[in-house]
Amino acid sequence: MTLLARGVRGLLVLAFAVFFLLPLVALLDFSTEVRGGGRTGEAWQGLLDDPLMSQAIVTSLTLAGLTVVGMVVLLVPTMVWVRLRLPRATRLVEFLCLLPLTIPALVIVVGSANVFSWLRYFFGDTSLVLTFSYVVLVLPYAYRAIDASLSSLDVRTLSEAARSLGAGWWTVIVRVVLPNIWPGVLGAAFISVALVLGEYTFASLLNYETLPVAIVLLGKSDAQTSMAAALASILFAAVLLLLLSFLDRGRRTMSGGK
Amino acid sequence: MSTSTPAPTGRRLGVGPSVGLLPFLVFVALFLLVPTVTVVVGAFQDEGGGFSLEKIEALGSETALRALWQSVVLSASSAAIGAVLGALLTYLVVSAPPASVTRRVITSVCSVLAQFGGVTLAFAWMATLGFGGLLTELLADAFGMDATGSGWLYDLPGLVLVYTYFQIPLMVIVFLPAMEGLRPQWREAALNLGASTRRYWTQVAFPLLRPAFLGSMLLLFANAFAAYATAAALVSQGAPITPLLIRSALTSEVVLGQANFAFALALQMILVVVVVMVGYALLLRRTSRWLR
Repeated sequence: MTLLARGVRGLLVLAFAVFFLLPLVALLDFSTEVRGGGRTGEAWQGLLDDPLMSQAIVTSLTLAGLTVVGMVVLLVPTMVWVRLRLPRATRLVEFLCLLPLTIPALVIVVGSANVFSWLRYFFGDTSLVLTFSYVVLVLPYAYRAIDASLSSLDVRTLSEAARSLGAGWWTVIVRVVLPNIWPGVLGAAFISVALVLGEYTFASLLNYETLPVAIVLLGKSDAQTSMAAALASILFAAVLLLLLSFLDRGRRTMSGGK
Repeated sequence: MSTSTPAPTGRRLGVGPSVGLLPFLVFVALFLLVPTVTVVVGAFQDEGGGFSLEKIEALGSETALRALWQSVVLSASSAAIGAVLGALLTYLVVSAPPASVTRRVITSVCSVLAQFGGVTLAFAWMATLGFGGLLTELLADAFGMDATGSGWLYDLPGLVLVYTYFQIPLMVIVFLPAMEGLRPQWREAALNLGASTRRYWTQVAFPLLRPAFLGSMLLLFANAFAAYATAAALVSQGAPITPLLIRSALTSEVVLGQANFAFALALQMILVVVVVMVGYALLLRRTSRWLR
């Protein structure tokens, strides 16, 4: 590579880096700025002190946890079952799992009014009912992560071995298969948490106060705390997703040239 | 009533294992299929629930058409900018040595940033170019110019800029396999046959990559067309694009029958996205012929 080409390369990479980093730096700057100069951590303190914000953070984290549980409970037994007993349903399950990529979340919200009035009737007025829709939203990503893990495993032999030793289906799924696909499940959990923490479409249109909704609500009166919350949630999600990409790499090197 | 305990038949019914799929199917039906069908059916109903084309006809109204047009402009321009810059970044990644730090960092960061849309992104750009933002003040100090001029950030041009932020990384992720699939041997063969580097690119690499590039651009278009949160957080009033028009139709309870108008708009959105995604799938199939 010539020196000139190297220089152009370097400049281009630098330009991209500035474009992607600048908004994040701006968030940090805005959230710690004091009018007239100086720095303050007040806005960051406000994340814990402001009742709206701290309540929203708790709500979002609870939703994230419930979504992960729901996703695992729904997806893992189904996918293992399909692999072992119903291979002909593979395409159907895959199609249904990837469908939320094609149907925009906004469309699902528009059509969800009835479903949610029914959920409210059963579960009362709690924002945690969002969990049901969030499990659907994370399906495509969770499916891919778990499917990759399952593919690298000889599920049939494992389950036959377990069954011949007297294990029931429940034991096969929970105690034999699950421990073997935990990197996939962990990856699915990470991306689910990241998606749920940032989800705004459902929460705002159905009037539930989750973290992103609180960020927007507070943006008008206390922009600095909003900016702090935005940056905090970006950093948290980024850490999760970076861990995920390392998990991916680990898996790829483990499975070798497959 | 004598058959209340069915006699053991020795053979299970054919549907036996299918029962295991039931919880999953019921869940997906309730929370994904029922809402979608509600939208499709609701678009063809009037307030009383009878059949009516009124809402579909309302899609031809000036407001709806303008929103659709602006949505298309926004999606197309952010997809085009994202695709070109993303392809450039992909080239930088691919031409770096495979084990280099730059390459690994860029691919990891892109997989993070492609997921990073929504409220936080809107606020990040407000902190950058909004009133009192970092870049706004830097530009004001350095050149005395007003970067916020007439609030462009909160309108279509701002949306294009902000969308580009997640379109470029998405482009890198979907375009990288095609770029990596270009074998060095093809380049060597072309050069051995006397082609210049420029000729290799125009006559070998570009034609090979074109379907993948166009396909990725379609995916980016659908991604932008379906995006809601970023725009909703950035544009708090008014409805320049279809997703925001759906918001006003949903939230304004003053005008009766707006909910069904939201159904019609949502149906329009499904149709656009499905058509674009089918195009994407077709182009992807073309690329997979020589990939790997």
